[in-house]
Amino acid sequence: MLRNAWLIPLIPAVSFVLILAFGRRLPAKGAEIGIGAIGISFLLSLVAVVQWVGRSEPREAVERHLTWWKLGGVDIGAGIHVDGLTVMMLAVVTFISLLVQVYSTGYMDGDRRYTYFFAALSLFTASMLLLVVADNTLQLMVGWELVGMCSFMLIGHWWEEEANSSAAIKAFLTTRTGDVGLMLGVITLFFAAGQNFNIANLNRLALTGGISHGLLLTGGALLFLGVMGKSAQFPLHVWLPDAMAGPTPVSALIHAATMVVAGVYLVARVYGVFWAGFSIGDGGINLIALIGGITVIIAAALAFVQDDIKKVLAYSTISQLGYMVMALGVGAWTAGVFHLFTHAFFKALLFLGSGSLIHAVHSNNMSEMGGMRKRMPTTFWTFMVGSLALAGIPPLAGFWSKDEIINGASHGYSLFMVVGLVGAFMTAAYMTRAVYLVFFGEYRGHAHHHESPKSMAVPLQVLGVLSVVGGLVGTGLAGSKWRFSNWVRFDIPGASEIVKEHAFNFPVATLSVALGLIGIGIVVGYYLRNMFPRGAAEKSGLVRTGYKVLVNKYYLDNLYIDGVVRSIQYPIARAAYWVNQHVLDGAVNGVGIGARKTAQVVYDVVDQKVIDGAVNGAGFTAEEGGIVLRQTQTGRVQTYAAFLFGASALIAVGLVFFT
Amino acid sequence: MYLNQFLMLAAVLFAMGVYGVLARKNGVLVLMSIELMLNAVNINLVAFGAFNNNVAGQTFALFVIAIAAAEVGVGLAIILLIFRNRASVDIDEIDAMRG
Repeated sequence: MLRNAWLIPLIPAVSFVLILAFGRRLPAKGAEIGIGAIGISFLLSLVAVVQWVGRSEPREAVERHLTWWKLGGVDIGAGIHVDGLTVMMLAVVTFISLLVQVYSTGYMDGDRRYTYFFAALSLFTASMLLLVVADNTLQLMVGWELVGMCSFMLIGHWWEEEANSSAAIKAFLTTRTGDVGLMLGVITLFFAAGQNFNIANLNRLALTGGISHGLLLTGGALLFLGVMGKSAQFPLHVWLPDAMAGPTPVSALIHAATMVVAGVYLVARVYGVFWAGFSIGDGGINLIALIGGITVIIAAALAFVQDDIKKVLAYSTISQLGYMVMALGVGAWTAGVFHLFTHAFFKALLFLGSGSLIHAVHSNNMSEMGGMRKRMPTTFWTFMVGSLALAGIPPLAGFWSKDEIINGASHGYSLFMVVGLVGAFMTAAYMTRAVYLVFFGEYRGHAHHHESPKSMAVPLQVLGVLSVVGGLVGTGLAGSKWRFSNWVRFDIPGASEIVKEHAFNFPVATLSVALGLIGIGIVVGYYLRNMFPRGAAEKSGLVRTGYKVLVNKYYLDNLYIDGVVRSIQYPIARAAYWVNQHVLDGAVNGVGIGARKTAQVVYDVVDQKVIDGAVNGAGFTAEEGGIVLRQTQTGRVQTYAAFLFGASALIAVGLVFFT
Repeated sequence: MYLNQFLMLAAVLFAMGVYGVLARKNGVLVLMSIELMLNAVNINLVAFGAFNNNVAGQTFALFVIAIAAAEVGVGLAIILLIFRNRASVDIDEIDAMRG
């Protein structure tokens, strides 16, 4: 199966076409094709895992490549690169996908675009699998963009409501911002590796010093921009909470198996570049760990003030992704990937659980839930398991991986160990808050509700079991051969330093669990025992300010809309008109003034307003600064075309004379 | 074989295409001018392919033709819709995106 791993993405891709073509005429409206196809893919992935683990050491990655065409020595084509990371991802993605599809038959029952929904789910999974098996960065990018497109389709599944379609557009544009970096990074590394897209080759060259450090740093930083967009890292995380507008099964899929983990996967896959480019082995602080660490804390803080249960989980995902990125940033490769693995189970569980609640009470808001413990016992128990796993309570899945990350950070990255511990405390606390608001107390809603149907309950139970035992793979309980770090590791010549393992650190583990328990204790005390003073927000100005900042999501959305979008939109629009009017006498002048004004705007917006915490005036400043620049936007195609041809003519002349 | 003649022909065709795209007011003619430019490129590709004795040039030209067909499909659909809404295909009048 390892040599034929290309079948695994192909099957759901075929199922996508089949569902579109025949889905509507089938008795189950296409769901049976989707579930059947993904089921086969899942079984094949399991076979691949078993075969991979069964191989004798040292395991060599299986590589196959199909050349589409070759031009001047540049090989463009598709291929598979199968190693421990690949088979693990294949299994996780197909498994979560299978459960999500089964669950969707219940959740989406009677939806007006039911068939289309399953087709999109199939394509989503197929794209993610294509990305996972990729042996070259070009194919990886194709899968990456397909994943982005499918998420757009699925987030905006109920596009009749404007909020949903704008959430889809926001997700698409925000990730696209990062994708510019990804594309530039791929191009940079393509040339750095001697005009070669192959990933294994890239890793080898990076680790053996075949590529200069400067190029690796540039390429790595550009790739990481893509990761920040896709994996919702600060400050490009803003799309993920809004993506909750999509149907809940989609959220589960996006958060657990596809889409957001693609970024983490990319870092893990081309780790050689990041390791060498950011000198991760040296300790201290580097960009990856820093972004991850910031994300852990700020997202966890945001999770406290949400009322929408899915948004609590969304911020929790961002925070957990921060953990993974941070782990990769501090050199704990196995820990980061392991957290991806365990997180997939309990986050899918939590999302499907929240879907079950939403299905029952017809509201996302926790203020309209409460007391669900008795009415929905299956959901309650599975949700509890998921929350405890997320909070890192032993021996549940989250404990093992989170602890490995914190332990990994304690070797040379003590700052990030502290971040990890604080994050563990906050995670436990906000999950306890959510669980309390949903399941305890009195029911505050109005809808008449009931336990969810079997098609939804069974996936919950399966995931519940896995959230309990999933982490044990990391301990070697099932024989050292099956130990996670044994079969999933970064096996590239010269990478021996990267796969080094740290022994289980008892004091650190105790500390993180203790912090988690304290977090739970404080929140329980606050809600259940009434231990802490209420209404702190009304009494203390400081608390009120903090609360306001959190509710407004650190004003990042305002900054992006008022500061970035407007300040670019108006100046460019104005500049266009102006250039049109004064092309002959003042083109050079205009650009100069425009640049200065834009710089002024950026200064005013970024420097002044953010510090003041009020970005509202930015639109005004931008407008003022942009008076000069408005008018290139004539709306006439031919003006644009003239600019285009003029510019290319200039470039052509330049090329002729200067080369 | 002389490469120059082909390149000259392609250059002239391309220039005619550029002129059409920039100066024509009729949307359909603009689309046709774009086709002229694409085909100028095709001539280049095939000429270079023949000159270097490989098929890569022709393969590319086939790709271009296929893509061009799709592009014209989309373009004509857009122009048709514009015509239905405005009873005119004068592209100077279409400036709803003006800033």
